[in-house]
Amino acid sequence: MVQTVLETGPVAEESTSRATHINAYRLMLLARVLDDKFASLYRAGKIHGGVFLGRGQEALSVAVGLSLREGDIFAPLIRDQAGRLAFGESILDAVRTYLGSSLGPMRGRDGNVHRGRPLQGLLPMISHLGAMIAVVNGTLFARRMKGISGTVGAACIGDGATSTGAFHEALNQAAVEKLPLVLVLADNQYAYSTPNSRQFACQSLLDRAAGYGVAGHGVDGTDLCACLNTVGQAVAQARAGHGPQLVVAQLLRLCGHGEHDVADYVDTKLKSSPVGRDCLKVAEEFLRQQSWASETDLAAWRSEAIQRVEEAVATVQREPAPDPFAEEWTALSSRQLTELHDEESPGPVDI
Amino acid sequence: MSVTYLEAIRAAQARALAEDPRVFIYGQDVGAFGGAFKATKNLANEFPGRVLDAPISEDAIAGLAVGAAIEGLRPIIEMQFADFSTVAFNQIVNQAATLYWRTQVPCPITVRLPCGATSGSGPFHSQTMETIYAHYPGLIVMTPATVEDAYSMLLEAVAIDDPVVFCEHKLLYYHLKADALPTEALPVGKARLAREGRDMTIVTYSAMVHEALAAADELKPEGWEIEVVDLRTVKPLDTDTVMASVARTGRLLCVGESWPWGGVSAEVIARVATEGFDLLDAPPQRLNAKDTPVPYHPNLWAAHRPTARSVAAAARKILRQ
Repeated sequence: MVQTVLETGPVAEESTSRATHINAYRLMLLARVLDDKFASLYRAGKIHGGVFLGRGQEALSVAVGLSLREGDIFAPLIRDQAGRLAFGESILDAVRTYLGSSLGPMRGRDGNVHRGRPLQGLLPMISHLGAMIAVVNGTLFARRMKGISGTVGAACIGDGATSTGAFHEALNQAAVEKLPLVLVLADNQYAYSTPNSRQFACQSLLDRAAGYGVAGHGVDGTDLCACLNTVGQAVAQARAGHGPQLVVAQLLRLCGHGEHDVADYVDTKLKSSPVGRDCLKVAEEFLRQQSWASETDLAAWRSEAIQRVEEAVATVQREPAPDPFAEEWTALSSRQLTELHDEESPGPVDI
Repeated sequence: MSVTYLEAIRAAQARALAEDPRVFIYGQDVGAFGGAFKATKNLANEFPGRVLDAPISEDAIAGLAVGAAIEGLRPIIEMQFADFSTVAFNQIVNQAATLYWRTQVPCPITVRLPCGATSGSGPFHSQTMETIYAHYPGLIVMTPATVEDAYSMLLEAVAIDDPVVFCEHKLLYYHLKADALPTEALPVGKARLAREGRDMTIVTYSAMVHEALAAADELKPEGWEIEVVDLRTVKPLDTDTVMASVARTGRLLCVGESWPWGGVSAEVIARVATEGFDLLDAPPQRLNAKDTPVPYHPNLWAAHRPTARSVAAAARKILRQ
């Protein structure tokens, strides 16, 4: 059954409790503060490789993380700091991966946004866009095979990923198998520097839903209320057994592709349009309007977030870097099947 | 009572399904139809809900397998032809092969690749892919040449905690027969002496083992005793067995059905040249398919791949040195 639900603006905010909203806002704030810290560390030359921020996408991302529960599967993409925190990833996991700490989940073997804990349902993305969707499908397929029901898997992607074959194959596969997949598409208007006009030709990426025979949900990605409602609804639909759900959010990336990118290609008209609103400010303003937060609350939440982030960074900066001499240089869990090279090479046999 | 290479592959899958509830099979036409080559014939019936047709989506098939492996299952996925695994390449080499190294979570998937040239199949239903997958860290690459190995190694592939690319040769499917399924096998990663000899070593694998053995037969009346090493797995590569053989014979020819640039035969020669140069009495040589796509017409096809005759000819050149 194909349904297309288009929600714009704060429609059903009364259904979103004050506590949920405040929690979501604080996670968004924490993600923004953490992202800003990574940006500072990058500019100070303290981070190896790139830094990729979620600025402007926190409302959508946090809604995904909060709509999932323990036991669910989450495959975030590069702008999902807020969703990761909401799903339960620790600040330390993020900082350790960015700084390459040997104590982090990736132990310096992979960095920045390429992190996760698969056995806790948090899948570590590879760089190839669209590639994580089928992996989420596999986890859900396996759950069903094991007789586990009620699990949802969410995968986040951007507008650019919709152009890949992997996206098509995986969304079609999820539809054929009627998997409880929630595919959250942040249409942030640019894939790196390429504008939507050079990326796809349909009116809206929401149009894709009908083609795959999955439910589609449109949402204003700058509006936390709308995101919580729409993503929450999509997750509930998937959990109830109504098959894959495609959520398409309209928003603007309020930063470069990475911190190396000044993003001067972004159309200034877009920045001043509704899609260019900063979701964190929109959420903050909403809290004020509802009298759900005072200026004192807002300031206290911000300083608490800053303190948590600073503490985590200070902790990780004292941690050991990976040691190439202590590193076990094998890509196999079957140690006995590892090939020996270099100095470990057995050399000629005696005869 | 005899069993073919293809029946062995089917039997191994049936046994894996029967003995391990974590195993399932996913691929194009593998369900009720039983697979393009009938390698999963009747399995969907015997194991309801565990042998499932997939859309024509090699990338998503492999991606799904990785997700299922994370959840503790042991998927066997069939690429209808090895050639089509290029569509799944990203998921195999970037997703499956890196997962354990990145996260310490094993990725026990088996990717079955019906590979190799058969007459009339042309450029896109004939390729051998072992070279490409062996290049990537994190993968085990098996290339069984016998009915016994097809059976035992497929069972091993399912049992191994790492992703295994299982290259089964289509030319052997129907013609290669054994009296019965094996009850014991060499360990994974151990090469097999397919024939003992004293004058030269031919290192090969998969269908080329049989061309090499036929070449050895052809050379016997000329007085040459050829030793044939069947690598069985090309990754890990059993350098010890290769070196021990070259130490006995002093001469080396490597034969592979894949293309000449790089590859398993180049790797074997590089290892022998770097680690056992002193053992060689003549320059090591290799023989591969021609450096073109695999041709369609039988005349062209037969000349494209190494055959017993061309292997024997290459061997004679080395033996005369």
